[in-house]
Amino acid sequence: MDAAVAIRTLGLTKRYRDVLALDSLDLAIPAGSVFGLLGPNGAGKTTTLRLLAGLTKASAGRADVAGVEVGTDPAALHRRIGVLDQDPRYYGWMTGQELLELAGRLHGLAGTALRVRVHELLERVALAGAARRRIGGYSGGMRQRLGIAQALIGRPPVLLLDEPVSSLDPEGRRDLLALVQTLRGETTVVFSTHVLNDIERVCDRVGILSAGRLVAEAPLAELLERYASPVYRLDPEPGQAAAVAVLAARLRGAPWVTGVVEGAGGLQVSVSDVDAAGRELLPAVVAGGVVLAAFERQRPDLETVFLRIVAANR
Amino acid sequence: MTGFGILLGKELLESWRTLRLPVVAGVLLLSGFLSPLLAKFTPEIIRAVGGDQLGGLTMPIPTVVDSVGQLLKNAAQFGALAAVLLSMSAVAGEVERGTAAFLLVKPATRAAFLAAKLASIGVTLGVGTLLAVAGAATYTAALFEPLSVGGWAALAGCLWLSLVAYAAITFLGSALSRSTAGGAAIGVGGLILLAVASAIPTVAPYLPGGLAALGGALALGRPAPELAGSLAASAGITVAAALLASWAFRRREL
Repeated sequence: MDAAVAIRTLGLTKRYRDVLALDSLDLAIPAGSVFGLLGPNGAGKTTTLRLLAGLTKASAGRADVAGVEVGTDPAALHRRIGVLDQDPRYYGWMTGQELLELAGRLHGLAGTALRVRVHELLERVALAGAARRRIGGYSGGMRQRLGIAQALIGRPPVLLLDEPVSSLDPEGRRDLLALVQTLRGETTVVFSTHVLNDIERVCDRVGILSAGRLVAEAPLAELLERYASPVYRLDPEPGQAAAVAVLAARLRGAPWVTGVVEGAGGLQVSVSDVDAAGRELLPAVVAGGVVLAAFERQRPDLETVFLRIVAANR
Repeated sequence: MTGFGILLGKELLESWRTLRLPVVAGVLLLSGFLSPLLAKFTPEIIRAVGGDQLGGLTMPIPTVVDSVGQLLKNAAQFGALAAVLLSMSAVAGEVERGTAAFLLVKPATRAAFLAAKLASIGVTLGVGTLLAVAGAATYTAALFEPLSVGGWAALAGCLWLSLVAYAAITFLGSALSRSTAGGAAIGVGGLILLAVASAIPTVAPYLPGGLAALGGALALGRPAPELAGSLAASAGITVAAALLASWAFRRREL
């Protein structure tokens, strides 16, 4: 496998009886990148991560993770990956520190190196104060932070995080995203989430799954550029309702306009041709006699792209 | 078997912290020292309770044979129950709770995961068996007559191996099943099958229950000609169940 690619899948397929959970996934994730895996519920995100972690066997195809073909040498694979499950469950009778020590020993750490690494990670995930408390008494957020720590203990080159921020409060979410950002360049992170804002904050590549198929995959900026049609926001001065309605009707007839939404705040104009919009939109406003309080070309966001792609592939 | 030692340490700590080891040890110790007491005083209790209603019925005078027999009955029953309870959730419970997935994405093989669990169950049953036999030996010496330490050791070994065989059958059920209840059902079903098979006189000595009885004969200094075959049969059941569990669990999706 190319050293610059940390994860590669070829025709990776998972079928549960009659349900095709993942359909021939071809993916190449560059080493050191933070890859966001997006998709509605049931799209195949968790199945993908479980296949990459070797917890589930593929029905067809293959996956190479950190230089190991999944399914050939589980111990070698697991030395090179850290995994955080969607709903992490640990031994309630253990303390957080004991759990990290267990994970560390399995990764070959011992003595001072183990103690130092455990202490460092407990500090990093803000659990140092609860290190000697039983996990059975931890909140969902604390369990998730402990999960991050155990996934990182062996300094894995690949980190698979399934919905890592789902149980975290805003502060915990911010800290986790900051932590993921610090890993960029040294660890390849695959990060599945429903929170599109998080993906925009930390991921440099995005894959969108829909009904088990990868329907889009590209660097985030390229994806936004490729799929999002720009939206112009026009805020007229008050008291021009009639003129605004006439303007909206005129714009709907323009060949470069794909949609006009009239709201309390004004007009939102979606366009298919940015150049034509740049040339013709403001002259149309002036010709319609509408006086604007504000005019803005809105940056397309990932949510818009996501909803469009998923809707188009249903 | 990458990770076996570390996982065994975790299993033993869990057995202690969750009180499985102390409870099993306590129950078997109780059954051990109560057995000679029951053997000694049961006839007297019956005589005292029955009084004139016993008519001319004479109660046999209890001997060391009754003491060992009582131990075999009690320890085998409580021990078999403990073996099933310890094993039924060993694998299925961890899969159900999701903790197996945590361990099995670490550098530890599935074979090591299973072997550590079975070894820990063996240790728990071993500690319980030793305490039961030690208690029975002490009270038998006090109430009847002392038997040789070698004989008691042979009894402990045979009883332990028979309990481990029961545990291995349930353990296999736990590895095959998706739930603790399923594991228990397979384990109890296996015990029933063994009980039915033990009705066949030529087969009985080679079953785990027969091995425990042979251990009793050894404790009493009697010959046990079927011992080698019986030991091999129980060890074979244990190894076969463990290998089957490993084979099934390797294919298991978590």
